[in-house]
Amino acid sequence: MKQRLVVIGNGMAGMRTVEELLSAAPDKYHITVFGSEPYGNYNRIMLSSVLCGEKTIEDIVINNRQWYLDQGITLHAGEAKTATHIDRKNKIVAAQDGTMAGYDRLLIATGSNAVIAQIPGNDLEGVISFRDIFDVNKMLSYSRSHKKAVVLGGGLLGLEAANGLVLRGMDVTVIHNNEVLLNRQMDKPAAKMLQTELERRGLKFNMAAKLQRLVGDELNHITGVCFDDGSQLDCDLFIMAIGVRPNMALAQQAGIYCERGIVVNDTLQSYDPSIYAVGECIQHRGDTFGLVAPLFEQAKVCANHLSAHGAAEYITLPTATKLKVTGINLFSVGDFHGDEQSESIFFTDPASGIYKKLVIKANKLVGAVLYGDTADGSWYQQLLENKESIATIRAELIFGKAYVRDFNV
Amino acid sequence: MSKTIQTTCPYCGVGCGISAKVGQSLHQLEISGDVTHPANFGRLCSKGSALGETVELKGRLLEPTVYGQHGSWTEALDLVANSFSRIIEKYGADAVAIYGSGQLLTEDYYVANKLMKGFIGSGNMDTNSRLCMSSSVAGHKRAFGSDTVPGCYDDFEQAEMIVLIGSNAAWCHPVSFQRIRAAKEVNPALKLVVIDPRRTASCDIADLHLPLASGTDANLFNGLLQYLSKHQALDLAYIDAHTEGFADALKAAAIDLEQVAAVCGLNKDDIQRFYDWFANHKKIVSLYSQGINQSSSGTDKVNAIINCHLATGSIGKPGCGPFSLTGQPNAMGGREVGGLSHQLAAHMDFSSTDDIERVARFWNTQNIARKPGYPAVDLFDAIYDGKVKAVWIMGTNPVVSLPNANKVKLALKNCEFVVVSDCIKDTDTTALAHVLLPAQGWSEKDGTVTNSERRISRQRALFDGSGNAKPDWWIISQVARRMGFEQEFSYQSPVEIFREHARLSGFENNGTRDFDISAFADITEQDYQGLQPTQWPVNQANPQGRSRMFEDGKFFTVSGKAQFIAITPCLPVHSPDQHYPLILNTGRLRDQWHTMTRTAIAAKLNQHKAEPFVELHPVDAERYGLLANTLAGIESPWGSMIARVQLTDSQQQGSIFVPMHWTEQYASHGRMGALVNPIVDPISKQPESKHTPVRIKVYQPVYQSFILSRRELNMTMPDYWVKIKGQQHYRYELAGMSLPENWQDWAKNKLCDSQGETVQWQEYQDAAGGHYRAARFVNNQLESVIFIATKTELPERSWLTSLFAKTALEQGQRRVLLTGKPPVGVADVGTIVCACFNVGAKTIQTAIKSHGLKTHQQVGLCLKAGTNCGSCIPEIKALL
Repeated sequence: MKQRLVVIGNGMAGMRTVEELLSAAPDKYHITVFGSEPYGNYNRIMLSSVLCGEKTIEDIVINNRQWYLDQGITLHAGEAKTATHIDRKNKIVAAQDGTMAGYDRLLIATGSNAVIAQIPGNDLEGVISFRDIFDVNKMLSYSRSHKKAVVLGGGLLGLEAANGLVLRGMDVTVIHNNEVLLNRQMDKPAAKMLQTELERRGLKFNMAAKLQRLVGDELNHITGVCFDDGSQLDCDLFIMAIGVRPNMALAQQAGIYCERGIVVNDTLQSYDPSIYAVGECIQHRGDTFGLVAPLFEQAKVCANHLSAHGAAEYITLPTATKLKVTGINLFSVGDFHGDEQSESIFFTDPASGIYKKLVIKANKLVGAVLYGDTADGSWYQQLLENKESIATIRAELIFGKAYVRDFNV
Repeated sequence: MSKTIQTTCPYCGVGCGISAKVGQSLHQLEISGDVTHPANFGRLCSKGSALGETVELKGRLLEPTVYGQHGSWTEALDLVANSFSRIIEKYGADAVAIYGSGQLLTEDYYVANKLMKGFIGSGNMDTNSRLCMSSSVAGHKRAFGSDTVPGCYDDFEQAEMIVLIGSNAAWCHPVSFQRIRAAKEVNPALKLVVIDPRRTASCDIADLHLPLASGTDANLFNGLLQYLSKHQALDLAYIDAHTEGFADALKAAAIDLEQVAAVCGLNKDDIQRFYDWFANHKKIVSLYSQGINQSSSGTDKVNAIINCHLATGSIGKPGCGPFSLTGQPNAMGGREVGGLSHQLAAHMDFSSTDDIERVARFWNTQNIARKPGYPAVDLFDAIYDGKVKAVWIMGTNPVVSLPNANKVKLALKNCEFVVVSDCIKDTDTTALAHVLLPAQGWSEKDGTVTNSERRISRQRALFDGSGNAKPDWWIISQVARRMGFEQEFSYQSPVEIFREHARLSGFENNGTRDFDISAFADITEQDYQGLQPTQWPVNQANPQGRSRMFEDGKFFTVSGKAQFIAITPCLPVHSPDQHYPLILNTGRLRDQWHTMTRTAIAAKLNQHKAEPFVELHPVDAERYGLLANTLAGIESPWGSMIARVQLTDSQQQGSIFVPMHWTEQYASHGRMGALVNPIVDPISKQPESKHTPVRIKVYQPVYQSFILSRRELNMTMPDYWVKIKGQQHYRYELAGMSLPENWQDWAKNKLCDSQGETVQWQEYQDAAGGHYRAARFVNNQLESVIFIATKTELPERSWLTSLFAKTALEQGQRRVLLTGKPPVGVADVGTIVCACFNVGAKTIQTAIKSHGLKTHQQVGLCLKAGTNCGSCIPEIKALL
């Protein structure tokens, strides 16, 4: 008799766990998946590629509904199938429309929600976030009928949204509360180069700006934004891209221990031994997650335990950043700002659009920012994870792996 | 339309013939060896071959300069003539002097000498040949009664044994050395012995190298004389018939083999071998050069060698003889006209009143000098002391080449009137001149030179004179006329001077003087133009010249017999002591010549040795804490220099070597002349440039740097610098004793960055690692690079310098440029498909083929491609 696994969340983390599980223990579970979007499973981080027209929705589908059928997975997808209740005592999950599924093991992969700026007017029509296919479709429809867009947040998502909207013909201004774009992923010089490149592509920037409120018309539709200094900017579309927050409401409601996210141990198990959680909804050793690489690693570890192999432990490694804007290569990993104990190595070739910075501490690589030439990003990440001494290759390090002779990593 | 002109090389005394193909466009020149010239039969060394690169106008002195301002010839000549006349009138003739050069053509030399000794009436005409072979002149004179080189180059092929003494001919007389090498290949029995404290490139083909202690040559040859005597190897008949003084010489040479070994620091067996060979061969040529001449007992060393040849009768015969290799293209010509201050003219000197009267008669002058003037070192001392108040320096660079050169510099600085004739604008000496007179250089001037084997060859003009440059003979004649000697200096062309010179050589000669070219006394202009290389004497008895002298055993002494000189060997004057424990040896490099004014213009000649360096034994390096390729400061009681350390066991412990070439035009601290002790041979007055006690220590700059720049940079130089002209670039080696505040600013300042719009910068900084590097591009063409290191060594320059030949850099080259090393042979990965793991299309295609991959998952397992963000999976699928 197969055990029952219920997965709440049909996103990248949950489904990668299922895929890993199917390959590790194909016959162990009967799997039921609840998803609030009415599709199979798609690559959310490629949404910006869809927005800018490089890919279609079909291109980014990972598993279509047929796949679920083929794998014998019961898929409950659509808004009405949003899971609304976990009955931990009876081990049953209930959806909005009353659909229920009993479990022996439950996997929560509810992801995250966009942070909504707490400013007047944030509920106006035309104010959206950039999280799913629904948002992308809305942005595409606006781009066909409207001219001006404002993106709040010069982070990865905000810049990808802004770039997509520019490519779709809109006049886009990015408002960022810092002088440095991608300030969590880039240092100032790299960010400056990025900004210059994006400006060349038609993006406008309003840096270190303080937003006061959003202004709407009589139809409650956004018409512009007001800044603290009294200046204004017209817009028809306003994208919130100032970060995400773990979506843990359901878990909290079920009494599962949460802090900033659903707290899990190194095996991705929550405080309820039957319930696992992966992805952006979790908190592991104090960290929450927003990038894809750790999610996949979590999926691997979680599947290892769900399949009762039970040996893997999840360790959070420094995560590298990439911006999905065609023709712009940037990469960062680790502590690329450095501190008093660290040493920095720079390579700059502005005319070639290249900037590199490596941060060294006690002869070990602890951080890297690459702009323009990111070919060695994964090698630096490897060096950083392996914590190997780079003393003997320091002179060539910034020029890349191909250049470091007689050094095998 | 190009034409080919036969001329002679302006470098060493081998005197190679050159076939110069002169192109249509300005200063286009193709150089090859003249296959008909008996000095080289078509061979040329690296320096001669590069002559075509040295005729550019950049850096040439082309206009007269008077007190720093451009002046006309009239103004400049008037000033020189008036100043000389005024000083002579006030202080006497001995208050003025001319300091000439072995670079002057015979005709130029003749006129200068005639002016000073014949008409100004002072002996104060000396020349840089004083530094080069005056010990040979003196030795010849003592032994033969004349300054005669007995043999010829043909003797190299005919010899059974060649002894190279104090000569690195492989580098300093390369074509002669090649001739020896070729002779040895044809005749493997030909023995080559090299006697030199250093194991030089000339030892490459030597059968025996005797690395004797510096300055002990006379002991070795005294020992040889003794040995020859003990082993019945003397030619007693020859000694008896043609020589005098043998008994005294042998008595003075009372030294046995053991003692020689002890004094010379040589292995007894090696000495024995050399002595045996010398005793058992009839045909021996002893080639010697500066290692013998530049010594406080140089004349004695020359005679110690000649003694052995006289004692075995191996002189004046094919394949025999002592043979002085001269260092300059016309050192011999200078001797012939009397360019040394103790000489008068045409191998006559002040020691004979008859000679003085004869020359006065010939020149028709009442004002002839009657006593020797100051020899070079004394001359500059006299300038320093204010005894000589006006000096005219012609084609030489005494601020670099003379011993105690800082004193020379000071002497000229304080001298009332300094005139310099040169073809190069900026030299260490022209910097101190009040009047600069632009002389025609090689390729423009026209006249004759004499090489080491007494062979007179034509140096012909290949181009018209550049700018306002004039032949030296013209300049000197113009000054002479203005000083009141219109009649005597009315020359219109070199041939007129040559005829007069030839006439003087035969004037009342009657076989009493070796130098006699009276056959040329009436040479026509046409014959002079077509003059073929000819060995003097050229007179009635020898109308076609003569290969060997003294074949009849007759010499130019009073008795007609050659003189043995009793030699009591002297060690160098200054011995190393606890304060200055090392011996400094100086000498030439293969690809540079003298003070580099010409050779440093040819980029290819700067590749061999780019920077002033010091060679020392690894054990000494250990002793003084010096590492290879670092900088060392060398100090003597007279001055100091900084040089790059090169370790070699070809250098003896306790002795170091530095090249003689660098000047302040190319290096901040490369002037070796500043260190050399101002000690001279009491007879020849030649300085002891091969032996100065010095100490050496680490020169520890806080940073080192190099710049390669397509443009010549007009930057403020740091504490230490060397400038090197390369192929399409200039290279600057820099070091400093204090750190600048900001490397970026420093670099931009040094590279004279004008922040032009088209200029692109690339930078590499590792402050903690002590690195700053930058490159400057114009349209992706490398414009300059700067490398700075405070802790580690800088990378090799070779690959970087090669990039200046390219009109644009490939991306791969540009990316790794600042490593200083070429890109490694990275396989082409193709367009990057998986950006996360940097996997390219070509890599994926190769893997699909070789592993038979079917799915993107398999590709992922194999290459990791597509296993992170997965965004490339469609492309991977497309490749599948």
